[in-house]
Order: sequence, then structure tokens, then C-alpha cells
Amino acid sequence: MEETLKIVVLVKHVPDAQFDRHLNGAGNTVDRDESILSELDEYALEAALQLAEARGGSKAGNQVIALSMGPSGAVNAVKKALQMGATEGVHLTDDALEGSDAAATSLALAAAVRHLGGVDLVLTGMASTDGETSLVPAQLAERLGLPQVTFASTLEVDGGRLTARRDADTSSETVEAPLPAVVSVTDQINEPRYPNFKGIIAAKRKSITTLSLADIGVDPAQVGFAGSWTSVGSAEQRPPRTAGTIITDEGDAGIKLVDFLAAQKLL
Amino acid sequence: MAKVLVFIDNPGASLKKSSLELLTLARSLGGSTVALNGDLSDGVAATFAEYGVESILRPSAQDLDDFLVAPKAAYVAAAAEASGAGIVLLDNSPEGKEIAARVGIRLNAGVITDVVAVDPDGTAHKSVLAGSYNTACKASTAVSVLTLKANNVIPEPASAPTTPESATVEVPAVAAAARITAREQKVASGRPDLTDARIVVAGGRGMDGDFGPVEELADALGAAVGASRAATDAGWISHDAQVGQTGKTVSPQLYISAGISGAIQQKAGMQTSQVIVAVNKDAESPVFEIADFGIIGDVFDVLPQAAAEIKKRKG
Repeated sequence: MEETLKIVVLVKHVPDAQFDRHLNGAGNTVDRDESILSELDEYALEAALQLAEARGGSKAGNQVIALSMGPSGAVNAVKKALQMGATEGVHLTDDALEGSDAAATSLALAAAVRHLGGVDLVLTGMASTDGETSLVPAQLAERLGLPQVTFASTLEVDGGRLTARRDADTSSETVEAPLPAVVSVTDQINEPRYPNFKGIIAAKRKSITTLSLADIGVDPAQVGFAGSWTSVGSAEQRPPRTAGTIITDEGDAGIKLVDFLAAQKLL
Repeated sequence: MAKVLVFIDNPGASLKKSSLELLTLARSLGGSTVALNGDLSDGVAATFAEYGVESILRPSAQDLDDFLVAPKAAYVAAAAEASGAGIVLLDNSPEGKEIAARVGIRLNAGVITDVVAVDPDGTAHKSVLAGSYNTACKASTAVSVLTLKANNVIPEPASAPTTPESATVEVPAVAAAARITAREQKVASGRPDLTDARIVVAGGRGMDGDFGPVEELADALGAAVGASRAATDAGWISHDAQVGQTGKTVSPQLYISAGISGAIQQKAGMQTSQVIVAVNKDAESPVFEIADFGIIGDVFDVLPQAAAEIKKRKG
């Protein structure tokens, strides 16, 4: 009998990169009006679903909990995760969270993971597609005192231990860690499923628990703009790049390319 | 002037250019101490002196490389406390950022990644949202942890060399860390690292399975080889070479894009490059909207001709 797993997947709603993205307001935070589930988080969710399904799924007691922190729009990332097959959703939301940097975000998420209790694995994407700092998972692991495996391109769990493969630039590594652990997965680990009609219908019956800071025992002064350790003092939109010289090859474009590089002192 | 701690991980026989950039920035901000992991070769020791390093710290534990980052973070945090550093500088590699993240929690210090410049008061400058905004960020904590993007500081030795002191730092025990049980070295390409290369030549769908011309031009320029996701997904080149939102972000002095249409996900990884050159046979490719010099033409004609011309001029 395989062990059952309680897996939390961190999902983030991010501005759609297909459109222009903006910083707004006094704290220069990201405008999330037109937001979607971060594409890279879908790989984490798929990995969680596969681990749960290999152990008999939710019928056998496996849990895949999609956790998102953020304003009301964040619930859309949770809904999408439920449609893909997460068993339950948790939306951590509180006005006091606005403006949280990575350190404050990881503090709130660590409290939420402790609140959920008995979590075996926390899975995340390799980065968010907006902030791209990749700090939160590592800080979450440090706060929870858990091992973390980043950039997993394979992930297996057996007997309370995980084995993963990581592909770094100069080497490939096999890594082992005891559970509970925090794991970030790459876009090479799997091919995320699309929610099907059955999944979309089933998601409507699944519950989304809303948690406030009071529910998870976090002092509002520790998070948000006030509790963050970094702040963005100024933000300037860079002028968009403009097209330079465009030529059509007439048999000597390679030479002209080298002339251009020489003129730019790039040779 | 702040005291600055620079983390240098396993430099081997000589320091990488990105490490020299860290040392140069550290010296401009205040006295620099190096927290070294791994062996200290004579060549590296000489470079530390040349770059004005005041002291070199080494860990009490020898097995930091057997684990993923947690013990390295514990070491760097202990070294920062031992040296009284107000700023901790690391490289901007994925591992550098991950160590920075954990050091931040250990020291109650604000962490800022992807930094391109630091003011004397500790304000860090970076670009966000794929290069569409420039921001100035500051940590409100006693210590700031910053990761510096490559190619933004010109390495410069100190006016007078120093004689660095050395000391050992006790590495605190870490509750649980992932252990590396096997490591397979990849074959070295002999080309510069993609993330800190001065020049990148990248190929996409238009290379149609043949990266030969991209590699040839890269080698003529001493450049790193990059690729779009279409090319790595097709298996034409290793996944490590992917530039873009789901791959690496690069900001070299020169980025040559060959047979890449330049969809937004690709642009996100390269549009902060100083000069962009694009070659594509489709005049409608979005990459031409951001190219400083664009050639509508066949990559299989233009790239080999350019490579041959460069070799000729370089003699």
C-alpha cells in the first residue's frame, strides 16, 4: 500500500504576458487586472496530480490543494487549478497583504502551509512569469525549515523520500530529500493537461476556502507594504525599443552585418 | 562606507568575469570581504589581492557541495555576521538567487535580485516585466542582499593590491537539506556561459534542424549559443540554451537572432540586450520591431558569409 500524499501547489495569478504589463500606484506594484494562472505553475499542478493519481487519487485520500495568495482576482488561478483536477482550493486574502515583497509573501504562505497541517510536499513552478525573482519558494523552505529541490525535471516519491533530477548548466544531478519538502519543477517535467468539460463541471462542486491573516495567525504589521523589507522607490517605463535599419539581402548582407558590428565596435 | 561580503562559489583555477564584476562593485561600495566555498588556487588568491579584497573567509565544513543550497546559505549568513557586512553580493544565477533568498530570511534582510547598478546609499537599480520598466529598489533592513546581473559592471583591479587576511567561519547545522546523490558533468562546449556572455548568437525555428551556421558564427565572435523554445523543444539543441520567459534571461552587449520570429516569450528573455541584430526571411517577423539592424534574408546564406568575413578581418 502506497502512502497517501497531501500536496500543496502554489498557484499565482499573473498579468497575461501576451499584453502590455504595467506597474501602478504608490508602491509601484504590478497591475493584475487582466490576470491568468501563471503558465509555469501548471507544470507543478500536473506533477501533483500525477503523484496523487498514482496513489489512487482523492478516493484513496490523496489531497492536491491549490493555494493562492492575493486580492479577489487570485481566486481565478485557484478555479483554473480546480478545473485541471486539484481536490480543493485555498485563497489567502487580506487587505493588509497588499504590497508584500518576497519575504512578507513567504511569511504568510509559510503560516498558511502550517495552518493546513500535515503537508508532505509543497510544489511550485520554476518562477513566476511576472516578478521573476524566484525568491518565494526558497524563502518558504527556509522559514519552514524544509529541504528544497529546485528545477526538478523528474520527481518520484517513495517511502517518505523524494528523488528528483535537476539539470544545471554544467551538470545533471540526482537529488534525494526526506519529506516534507518544497520542490519547484521545470517545464520539462510533464505536459500539463487542459481542463476538460467533466473537470470544469466537477470544479463547480469543489470548495474554495478563504483564509484571512487572522485565520492563520499572522500579525498584519508583518506583511504588506509595512512588513516588507524591500520597497520600489521609483519606476520608469523604458521607452520601447524602436526598429533600426532593416535591409533585404542582395547577396552581401553577411558583409553588411559585419560592417555594422565593426561600426558599433562589437568585433 | 558599507562593508560588503561577496560570495564566490568554487572558482576553480581562475575567477569568472561575473565574479570580477562582483569584486569591482563591492570595492566601489566599501571594504570587501570574500566568503569563498571550495579550493583557493594561487591564481584566484592573486586575483583577490589585485581586486582589493581585504579578507577571505572559508567555511569550517568541506561538504557544502554535497547538498542543495541550504548549507551554503547558512555559511553565507554566518560569514555576513562575522564580517559585519551591510551588503551581501551574489551572482544572479538561479543558485545565487536561491542562496540569496535563504540568506535574507536568516539575516532578516531584504533581498533584491537582477540588480544592474548600486548607488552608494544601497539603492539598487533593476529592470522588471521583461525590461519594460526600470526601477530603483531599496531594502529597509540593516543588511541588504543583492544579486548582480552579469555584464553591467566593467571589471577593474584596485589601484593598489591588498594582502587579504584569512579566517574560517563555522557553518551552522541545517535541519534538513536535499542531498546530491549523483552528479554527471556535461561535456564543456568551450563557449562562454550563456547568462554572462558578452555576445549571444541564437537560433530558432528557421534553422530547420541545423545549428551549424549559428555555432560557426558564435565561434567566430567568441559568443555563446542560444535558442528559442521552438528549437529546444524540437531537440535541435540542448534545453540549457533556451532564451526566453521559460528559459534564460540574457542581456549581452550584442544579441544576434537567427531564424527566430521573436514572439513575446522570446523577447522577454533578450530585449534588454544592448544591441540586437536579427536575420529572418520573413519580413513580418516581430523581431524586426526591436532590432537595431535587421536583415531580411536566408540564415543559411547570411550567417556563413558573416562568419567568413569576421575570420578574414580578424586575420
